[in-house]
Amino acid sequence: MTEKVVSTGSPNRERPTTGSGKLGLDPVTVRKARGLARRVGRPIVTMAQRHTTVSVERATLRLAGLQGGDADGIPWVNRLLDAVRGDVGIEHGIAVPVWDALVRGEADNLSSLAQKAAVGSIRFRLPEGRDLTRARAAAKKQVGAGVRRVDARRRERERLVKRWGDPDHKPWVYLIVATGDIYEDMPQAQQAAREGADVIAVIRSTGQSLLDYVPEGPTREGFAGTYATEENFRLMRATLDESSAELGRYVRLTNYASGLCMPEIASLAGLQRLDMMLNDSMYGILFRDINPIRTFVDQRFSRQVHARAGIIINTGEDNYLTTADAVEAAHTVTTSQLLNEFFGKEAGLEDWQLGLGHAFEIEPSLPDSFRLELAHAMLARDLFPKAPLKWMPPTRHMTGDVFRGYLLDGFFNLAGALTGQSILLVGMMTEAVVTPWLSDRDLALQNVRYVMNAAGNLHEDFRPAPDGFIAERARQVLGESIELLERILAHEGLGLLEAIADGTFGLMKRPSDAGRGLDGVARKAEGYYNPASDILEAT
Amino acid sequence: MAEVSGLDRLDQPNQPAPGGEVSGRGVSTSSTSRPGEGRIVRPYGDTTGDGMVQVSFTLPISSLGAQAKLAEGAAAQLAGKMGLDPALVVHAKPMGPDFTFFVVYGRVSHLVDTSQVRVVERDYPLLTPKEVNLAIRKGLRRRLVVVGGCIGTDAHTVGIDAILNIKGFAGEKGLEYYRELRVVNLGAQVAVPQLVERARAEQADAVLVSQVVTQRDAHIFNTKEMSAAFREAYPAQQRPLVIVGGPRFDESMADELGVDRVFVRGTTPAEVASYLVYARVSLRDASSLGSSGQATSQGAGA
Repeated sequence: MTEKVVSTGSPNRERPTTGSGKLGLDPVTVRKARGLARRVGRPIVTMAQRHTTVSVERATLRLAGLQGGDADGIPWVNRLLDAVRGDVGIEHGIAVPVWDALVRGEADNLSSLAQKAAVGSIRFRLPEGRDLTRARAAAKKQVGAGVRRVDARRRERERLVKRWGDPDHKPWVYLIVATGDIYEDMPQAQQAAREGADVIAVIRSTGQSLLDYVPEGPTREGFAGTYATEENFRLMRATLDESSAELGRYVRLTNYASGLCMPEIASLAGLQRLDMMLNDSMYGILFRDINPIRTFVDQRFSRQVHARAGIIINTGEDNYLTTADAVEAAHTVTTSQLLNEFFGKEAGLEDWQLGLGHAFEIEPSLPDSFRLELAHAMLARDLFPKAPLKWMPPTRHMTGDVFRGYLLDGFFNLAGALTGQSILLVGMMTEAVVTPWLSDRDLALQNVRYVMNAAGNLHEDFRPAPDGFIAERARQVLGESIELLERILAHEGLGLLEAIADGTFGLMKRPSDAGRGLDGVARKAEGYYNPASDILEAT
Repeated sequence: MAEVSGLDRLDQPNQPAPGGEVSGRGVSTSSTSRPGEGRIVRPYGDTTGDGMVQVSFTLPISSLGAQAKLAEGAAAQLAGKMGLDPALVVHAKPMGPDFTFFVVYGRVSHLVDTSQVRVVERDYPLLTPKEVNLAIRKGLRRRLVVVGGCIGTDAHTVGIDAILNIKGFAGEKGLEYYRELRVVNLGAQVAVPQLVERARAEQADAVLVSQVVTQRDAHIFNTKEMSAAFREAYPAQQRPLVIVGGPRFDESMADELGVDRVFVRGTTPAEVASYLVYARVSLRDASSLGSSGQATSQGAGA
């Protein structure tokens, strides 16, 4: 894959009002930061290209149309993969042994092949010569059809957006629904859309990121969220299509690709026309203790699928600030954004698909805390003028004093308006108290509406003094992130992996030979074949 | 709509609320009550004894158009049943066609008797980091080992990190800051067997577990499962202290949960460190000095 040239953040002529270039950042410094991010990321990409994972291989089966699960709820993709892995391993890719079995006539289709394999009645092999060619051709045909289904869903979205229209305002209002029961989520999502949400995110059950399979079917039980399943995706997308028609604007749907099953969930999202996916390059490593290699391999494949599906990714930089101080660690956010941009573009995502994250998490009692927030938010805007930045509300300093929290959320909304943020996750005054009540959501949306109505265009008048506090702070954070990237590069071997191992990000130490999901990683063998990867690499 | 004038009767300017009988076990910290006394109080709006409170709630009824009066009446009825009399429905906002949000002000006639309030008082002295270090050095003659994490599916490490990370909480440094504490933070979503195994491998003196997610009482189930696992894995004398913390726990639940201590919202690292010294060093000192039969391998005099 050829390396894509990353934009250097020159002023964006199409959107002169969103604040790009307001800080007057030195273009040479900005180029330097991007160059460093590329140097840090490049060896990681090479490493990712040399490995595959069980989830990448299962995603390939999902794209080929294998659905459903056995009586215990274990997906057929898992059963089939385990059988193939037991016979020939995954280092050659499972496409060849699977379609070789189909070509040999072991079963009529993938589904019955999986069922037979699960009871041990099929032996998989690595064919050679003409058999190999035929197996590859058959795999490519079937997986290719799956990718074309993803393409069709993308065209469908484009058609519906044209019919119903995008929201007539920026930022898009992003609301979370999370009851644990998809059938409760659906009416709540519709209500949220009626109240003004442009994007609905269905938070996943807390444990899901550590499941090495994707649950099946509609689900009614979850902890602090609802499981991501293909059927839940389908149900919710259909529900929001109804809302879109009712409201005359296309209501977007978000879910989460992070965790052990990133490639599979990304594939399901593409097949079911989800519009945004949480997908961070390092979140799983740092916050879920998922093996770093597993994460980078899965991340790359999943982002290639998102790129193809026209999905906007949301990265997770806000998480750094929940464990580290938002002032001291501000540069880790910028560094992570630069890395997410590099990894995202390398995987084929375009600027408009990079929903880079950041958050309003500075200790409110700190003097000038709001000015610091503005500096950080504006730095992100100026560094990534074309990216749909995702602006995350305060959580860490929400104390249970709901009245103070409501004020803080108002300032968060104001910062979002002043710095031209693109996606605004609506803050709840009951953060840290309860999962949002109906009234919490309503009050939160009133807060957003008031600020946007009263000050939504204030960014036109707002220009920080060139050598003032805000511009100075932004330059400082950018400088610190450059220093951090240089420190990462100074590590031995794969600098980023070493930096993650010694706790450079988010205070958590994650060595690359530990963590969950490591046993699902394999170094690709000579002749590795994966038709999905081939198609996606060529995209 | 309730009458505002109804409030006037309630005013008892600058008068202490009607005093009840004084019982022996006072917990009030108010400057007006003598030590050891209970006190009768009422909510305070703008005048002593006015009993004014504010509540907000949602009813699943419409307040659109002609429904508005009915909705307000319904809110007033609920407030009345909650003991607000008179109740002022000051705000009714329709949320879509099916729901209405209300803000209600009103007077409650209930009296609060502080002598009847039961609190778990801190039964250990609050120490500075220096004192903690010194106590451990003198009492244990080795570092005190703390193993912590979030168990089950809980991925919210905010609580455990606030206590353990050197960064700390509310301007107070976390346990990693204490030289004589060795902290092993296992982070999020640790399986119970993994926690037990690690506690054993590290020869933990104390196990700290944070539980934030409370949906379907997950925090209760997880904690009980964990405490049972530790009881099973260790002889009673050698079991590390098992401590749980989280925003939705109640301090009085320790026995029910099978843990040594429950820490609630707002607990600071210093409180946890002081408790560790109290339970692991001071109590052991006392028991090994007081009753020789209670000798343990990790006693202070060892």
